Amino acid sequence: MSILTVQDLHKSYGDGDSRHSVIRGLSFSLKRGECYGLLGPNGAGKTTTLKLCLGLTEADSGSISLAGYAIPEQARLARMRIGVVPQIDSLDPDFSVEENLLVYGRYFGMSHAELLARLDWLLEFSSLTAKRTARIGELSGGMKRRLTLARALVNDPDLIFMDEPTTGLDPQARHMIWERLKTLLAAGKTILLTTHFMDEAERLCNRLAVIDHGKMIAEGEPHELIARHIESQVVEVYGDKAVAWSEGVTDLADRFERSGETVFCYTHHPDLLLQNLAGMTGLRYLHRPANLEDLFLKLTGREMRD
Amino acid sequence: MNTLIYRPPGFSLRFIPVWRRNLLVWRKLAVASVIGNIAEPLITLVAFGYGLGSMLQNINGIPYIEFLASGSICLSVMMASSFEALYSAFSRMHVQKTWESLLNTPLELDDIVLAEMLWAASKSMISGLAILLVLFGLGIGLHTSTLLVPPLLFLIGMCFASIALIVNAIAKAYDFFTYYFTLILTPMTFLSGVYYPVTQMPAWLQAIAEYLPLSAAVNLVRPLLLGQYPEHPLRNVMLLTSYCVLAFYLATVLTRRRLLK
Repeated sequence: MSILTVQDLHKSYGDGDSRHSVIRGLSFSLKRGECYGLLGPNGAGKTTTLKLCLGLTEADSGSISLAGYAIPEQARLARMRIGVVPQIDSLDPDFSVEENLLVYGRYFGMSHAELLARLDWLLEFSSLTAKRTARIGELSGGMKRRLTLARALVNDPDLIFMDEPTTGLDPQARHMIWERLKTLLAAGKTILLTTHFMDEAERLCNRLAVIDHGKMIAEGEPHELIARHIESQVVEVYGDKAVAWSEGVTDLADRFERSGETVFCYTHHPDLLLQNLAGMTGLRYLHRPANLEDLFLKLTGREMRD
Repeated sequence: MNTLIYRPPGFSLRFIPVWRRNLLVWRKLAVASVIGNIAEPLITLVAFGYGLGSMLQNINGIPYIEFLASGSICLSVMMASSFEALYSAFSRMHVQKTWESLLNTPLELDDIVLAEMLWAASKSMISGLAILLVLFGLGIGLHTSTLLVPPLLFLIGMCFASIALIVNAIAKAYDFFTYYFTLILTPMTFLSGVYYPVTQMPAWLQAIAEYLPLSAAVNLVRPLLLGQYPEHPLRNVMLLTSYCVLAFYLATVLTRRRLLK
């Protein structure tokens, strides 16, 4: 049985003329033990989807089943089995590292003895044993994220919701979070991840969904999605003559995309294009396999979202 | 959707860990907090009680300092409870996002609002009790009737916490609370017989005063601290309770509207 099933979800905000749809007929379902990614530009409906799944806001229509419970009716019971790593840091600044975990565990109805038994493991897992009595203000951004992750694990959840877990972290801290998430997946936990980082999604997700304007526009395994939707090779060409150059070689690639002075050439057979570029002066280029970011930009467009 | 927003507040013992969370934070700063809470009424007592009191001698046969002390304790509980349910609750709700992380656990928003209300009442009762001890030291309130004061202080705390949580639910920033203090609480203080008897005011103001929660609080607590029993105990307790119940319901609804979108 799937641990989270979302069916034909609709949600809109506002009344009358200002009414606008945020989620329009979204359906997906998570298998136990997988990492499922929700990808989409700002305003695509990712955070609203997470809130709906947790029962923190009510859908206009559609159904959600979380950990075997109907949402929002049995949200309290469902949340007993869920851990949440929110986008915004909401650690308790009045408490130490240890107190943050103990106090949070009590919200799940855990006894002091149960919590003490779990505390060492949580601190170890988040590499914060040495910071046990430190105050939140003394922690680095990476440590705060790790503590937020440890806090989400206090009730030994089956499914963990992670809303952009590595936004604002340096590469070292991001790699450490990824490594911890892989450990959790290996231990059989299920993860629902939202992210803006395509490398993160490619690295962690077994399956992912690209959503935009509240609708799913693609779903599948990362590599299979790339193979299905875009050409396998990309040549990025830089320089002020790149755009003019690309207009003369339209038959050498399947698709061209321009972003400022950069031209992205998508093709399955880049040999002729590369030969042509080798003879050009004043142009720099990079040849690489297509990745999730290319897919994402193709599906959601290059224009800015605010 | 709307029926869910307007349903009666849910009561569950799950509020206890949230109340304990606030207690734990308070314990770290308890001494400073209690000193802060009793310093102001003490200064008022000394300044007005002895200064003005030496000229006034007594009010209806009551020494002015005792008249003032019995009103000030209600005022302090009102202030302590309002501050906690405004500034502190707002910082937990809006600034630190503590409530947001609570909502990701098996807690409901109703549990959080209930915990905040009871916590503000508890904290204000603690400072009320500290003031009471100081009054005992001054020889004021040493009567068996004073035993009824602590539960009343808690009721007064719950009433003003509930009203403050309405203001909290509609506030955009801390600045908004200044209006509540200057436009609602301060005028109410002058109309409720804290500093002088209500009977000194024009009849139409007396008529308004009769329905103010702080008046009800003073009408109940003052006689008890003077070794007497209040004249209309049921009316005044009912008035405080009604304010508390209605305000708490409204605060819950408005907080749901604010956060459960």
